[in-house]
This record gives sequence, structure tokens and C-alpha cells, in this order.
Amino acid sequence: MSLWEYANPVKFLSFSGKIIPWFAAGAAFFISVGLYWGYFLTPDDYKQGSTVKIIYLHVPAALIAINAWFMMLVTSLIWLIRRHHVSALAAKAAAPIGIVMTLITLITGALWGQPMWGTWWAWDPRLTSFLILFLFYLGYVALWAAIDNPDTAADLTSVLCMVGSVFAVLSRYAVLFWNQGLHQGASLSLDKEKNVADVFYQPLLMSITGFVLLFVALVLIGTRTEIRIRRASALLAR
Amino acid sequence: MTLTVSNLSVLRASRHLLSGVGFEVSAGQALILRGPNGLGKTTLLRTIAGLQPVYQGHVDMPEDSAVYAAHLDGIKSTLTVRENLEFWASVFGTDSIGAGIATFDMEHLIDRPGGMLSAGQKRRLGLARLMVTGRPIWLLDEPTVSLDTVAVGQFGDMIAGHLDRGGMAVIATHIDLGLGARAETLDLSQFKAAPEQKYNPNEAFL
Amino acid sequence: MNALLLRDMRLAMRAGGGFGLSLAFFLIVVVLVPFGVGPEMGLLSKIAPGILWVGALLACLLSLDRIFALDFEDGTLDLLATAPLPIEAVVSVKSLAHWITTGLPLVLVAPLLGVLLGLQSDAFYWIVLSLLLGTPGLSVIGTFGAALTVGLKRGGLLLSLLVLPLYVPTLIFGAELARRGIAGMDVGTPMSLLLGITFACIALLPFASAAVLKINLR
Repeated sequence: MSLWEYANPVKFLSFSGKIIPWFAAGAAFFISVGLYWGYFLTPDDYKQGSTVKIIYLHVPAALIAINAWFMMLVTSLIWLIRRHHVSALAAKAAAPIGIVMTLITLITGALWGQPMWGTWWAWDPRLTSFLILFLFYLGYVALWAAIDNPDTAADLTSVLCMVGSVFAVLSRYAVLFWNQGLHQGASLSLDKEKNVADVFYQPLLMSITGFVLLFVALVLIGTRTEIRIRRASALLAR
Repeated sequence: MTLTVSNLSVLRASRHLLSGVGFEVSAGQALILRGPNGLGKTTLLRTIAGLQPVYQGHVDMPEDSAVYAAHLDGIKSTLTVRENLEFWASVFGTDSIGAGIATFDMEHLIDRPGGMLSAGQKRRLGLARLMVTGRPIWLLDEPTVSLDTVAVGQFGDMIAGHLDRGGMAVIATHIDLGLGARAETLDLSQFKAAPEQKYNPNEAFL
Repeated sequence: MNALLLRDMRLAMRAGGGFGLSLAFFLIVVVLVPFGVGPEMGLLSKIAPGILWVGALLACLLSLDRIFALDFEDGTLDLLATAPLPIEAVVSVKSLAHWITTGLPLVLVAPLLGVLLGLQSDAFYWIVLSLLLGTPGLSVIGTFGAALTVGLKRGGLLLSLLVLPLYVPTLIFGAELARRGIAGMDVGTPMSLLLGITFACIALLPFASAAVLKINLR
């Protein structure tokens, strides 16, 4: 039984309908356990107090924000090469989720930064990269929305995703250069989580797992919606 | 030289518009395509021209022998007639615009900017442009839009001239161009695709 | 190919071709900034390279939709698509024409506008050099965006949204090159990266643009 069988929209709908409840339940479980554990059952950090606990939202959201784009890249390639509509629609469904995750990353980043730096925003390389990623997502969604013909839209957004991916990576390095180039050593990065002790790490893992499951569930739901929309318009067009 | 189309499917947005289209046109002949709006005449012509991919069926004709034009003539209003034509001659690698100018009676207009031509003159320039490409098969999509009766008559004469010079034309139009025996008519309604037909059974959204 | 280049340049220069609009916009941006941030030359001269770069970039953006839209609307693009020219060549030539009629004039005018922002004459060289190395990349990237939105009416705003994130690396390295050069610092890194981006775009993006154009012509 190959994965490609699920390129058939009908099969995909029936299979995804069965597995979504599991993913949703798993997501709810892991996220709530992770957040509760992380917020209430761990000691405050001796330097940052309790604000550091926002990493339980910030880090998973950031991971999903980046990986959602990567998933869109893969599904776009599958569409361009094998013309499986389900793949193109999965990319389309993933984008809004990526946008929300990016926003969560930015907002939680700001909430974290305010008590630490005294400002709601800093042009630190990581946050700035996420801001640029946000713009890439916006452009992608806007392009989907602007084009009537769904196959043309799928083709154009796939190429945009590919070109955008190259430029997104390029921007990451450009922004690193841009921020550290002039003010050597003054980077205000949110890398604190690299020094996070074990006691913080486990609830973080739970939270990350929960977010991943949530992402899968949401993408599956979104793809099903898109398939139904296509179906409805195909029926109308008869 | 013949243009043969066999078992061609015409699609737009993954929907079959026409299927099983087949016809043959020889040098000196014209084929008039008839059918209601939205049937797929434009898409068919663009598929033959190579602007749209062929999903099913065959289009057989000598390489690089067709040229497609709709009623938009691609005339730049700030360029003169000469500049417009010389550009196309250069792009398509043909020698000169002299024959095109002479045939379509544009000598006295040669240095006039495109924006100062009448509708009929623009249509003549559009056809001169086709002639200048040196390609014998003309695929024309509703070419008489915005032409009055006199201009339509002149247009028909110019197409007849092209056919007499050994060219070929496939024209989607509702108008009778007065081409007489040179032209056959094909009603595309007979090729209308049945609604149940799908592009690829596995991709069925229905 | 030469014919296409010459034609596009002619069209840009003649009436209604839009030549000069980008220059005017560049001027407007540079004039507006002091009104926005105050007339103090100390501040203005510090941010001059950045303002000039952003202004040139925005002015470039303005003229992007002209690259394909006019030819698309009057059927020229269809005819060009069936011509013996490969579409990649058409796209590259149009980028070149855009650069010659929009980018290059911006490069030449930039130092003059820099004077309004307190730019010293020994800084002119760096402004011109950085823009000269960066604007071709802007034209090529912009052509990709224009190809994506060619079929859309009022696609201008979407075009800006799509192209601006793609412009960020060029902007960063270009402005950095100008700033470092003016300050007498080592310019190796930003210059080589800027050149790298521009050349890579010129070599590779036309293929993406051509593919996108073919999709939009279907």
C-alpha cells in the first residue's frame, strides 16, 4: 500500500476523516500537559523569572512556522512533478496555519522581550527572519486568492514557494550579517533556550509534540475543506 | 502541407470542453470554426498554436508553421507601421516587410504611428504582421470584431489572397467572410465533451 | 533578441512609456524623508545610503508591471510565445530593457539626490557602485514577480507584496556596501555577496520567470 494512493481525493477524504480525531486528541493532550507542566510545575528561572516560560509557546510555534513552509515546498514539488491535486491543496491549507504560527512566534517573542529588554520589538536576527517569513507567507496566500483558475493558481504558487524558499534562506544569512555586521557582539538573541536545563526541556518536548500533532490535524482538516470546495465548484460547473 | 488534428481534447481548468476533435486542412484552404461562445474555440486554436499543452490527441503540422492572432492586433501605438512590422520580421527571422506592406496596401501609411490608424487599417496591419512572420498557417480568433461591413469584406478578400498564395487558415468566427469554395465550415458543437468525462479517473473530484 | 531590446527601450522612451516616472518617484521619496525625520543634516547624512537604496528600490518596483502587462493585454506576448525565440530569452531581454530604462537612470541620479541628504562627494562613488551592482538583480527579481501577476488586473499591489521580501537580501548587502565604503571599512563581504546574488539571479531566475509566463499564457 503506497502513500500515493492517498493522492486520490476520495481515498484521502475517507482516510483523513478516520485519523484526524486521533491527531486532534493527541494534540489536545500533549499541549495541555506540556503547558500545565511547564507553567505550573517547574521552578522560575533565576535570571528571568517566570517570563521565560513563554518558550513553551514560542519555540513550538517557531518550529511549526518554519516547517510548515518546508512542508509547503515539498507538496508544491509533488504537485509540479506528479500533478496530484491533493498535494497542491495541502500546501494551500498549510499556509494560513503557518501564518498564525509565525504571528504567535512574533507576538510571544515580543512578550518575552518586553520584560527583558524594555521594548516590544528588537531587530534581532531571529525575530527579523520570522518577520520576513511572515511576508513570504502573506504573498503566497495572496497569490492563491488572486487567481481564479485553481490549476494555474496551484502552479504559480508552487513556483513562488520554490523561489521564495531560496530567498528565505538567503534572507536568513543576510539578516544575520545585517544585525551583527555593524554592532559586533550586541545581538539580543533569544537563544536562551539552548541553555535550558532538563527540568524545562521535558515539558518543552511535550509542547512541541502537541504542536506538531496540532499542525497535522489542522492541515488535514484544511485540505479536506479545500477538496470539498473544489468538488462543489466542479459540480456547479457541470 | 497539411494541418491534421485528430482526437484532440480541449481543456480549460481541468474541465473537458471538447473531445475527439478531428479535421484536416490543406494548403490554399480555410476552415471556419462555428459554435456558441464558451464552447472552446479559443482554447482549441491556442492548443493548435502551442500556447496550451495537448493533453490528449494529436496536432500534426510542419514545425513552426502556425501563428495565432485574436482581434487584439499587438500594434504599439507609439511605434510607426514600419517599426511595428520590422520588429516582427526580426523576431521571426524573415527578411523584409516589403511584401507585407505591398499586399495590404500600407505604403502610404508606413511612417504613421500605430495610434493614428483607423480600425480597418489596424486590422490590415495585424494581417501584414502575420504575413511578415512568414508562417503559412494562420489561426485567427474572432478577427472581425470591431470591423464594419465594408472592412469585413476587405478582410475576407485579404484572407482569400493569403489562401491563393498557398497559405492556410483556421478561423473562429460567426461572420460569413465570403471565401466561397476555399472554405469549409466545421461546427464544433458536435465535439462538445460529455459532462462525465474526466481528465484522469484517479483525480476525480466528482 | 536585439529587436526586442530596442523595441522595449523605444516604447519606454516614447510618449506614455513611463520613462522618467521612476526618477520622479525617486525624487519624491528623497524629498519626503527630511520632512518626515527633520532637517538635521547630521542625521540625514547618516541614513542617506539607506534612504537612497530604499528609494531606488521602491522606484524600481513602480515600473515592474509594465514589463509584461502591456504586451499581455494587446496580444503581443501570445505572438512572442510562438516565435522562434525561447521564452527564457524574451524574459531576460525584458529584464535588461527594464534595467536600462529604469535601473540605470536611478543609479546615475542617486548621487545628485544624495546631496539633498547631506551626502559628501567622496561618497558618490560608493552609492553609484552599490546601486550599479544591485539594480540589475532588482530588475531580474522584479521580472519574476511581474511574470507571476501578469494576468491580473490591478496586480500592482500584489506584485509589490510578492517582490519586496525577495528584495531584502539585495537591499541589505547593497546598503551595507555603500555604508562601509563611505566609512572606509572593508567592503569585501557585502560586495561579493551582492555580486553573487545579482549574478545568480540573472543566471537562474529567467528559467523560473519563463515557466511562470508559460503558465499564465495557457
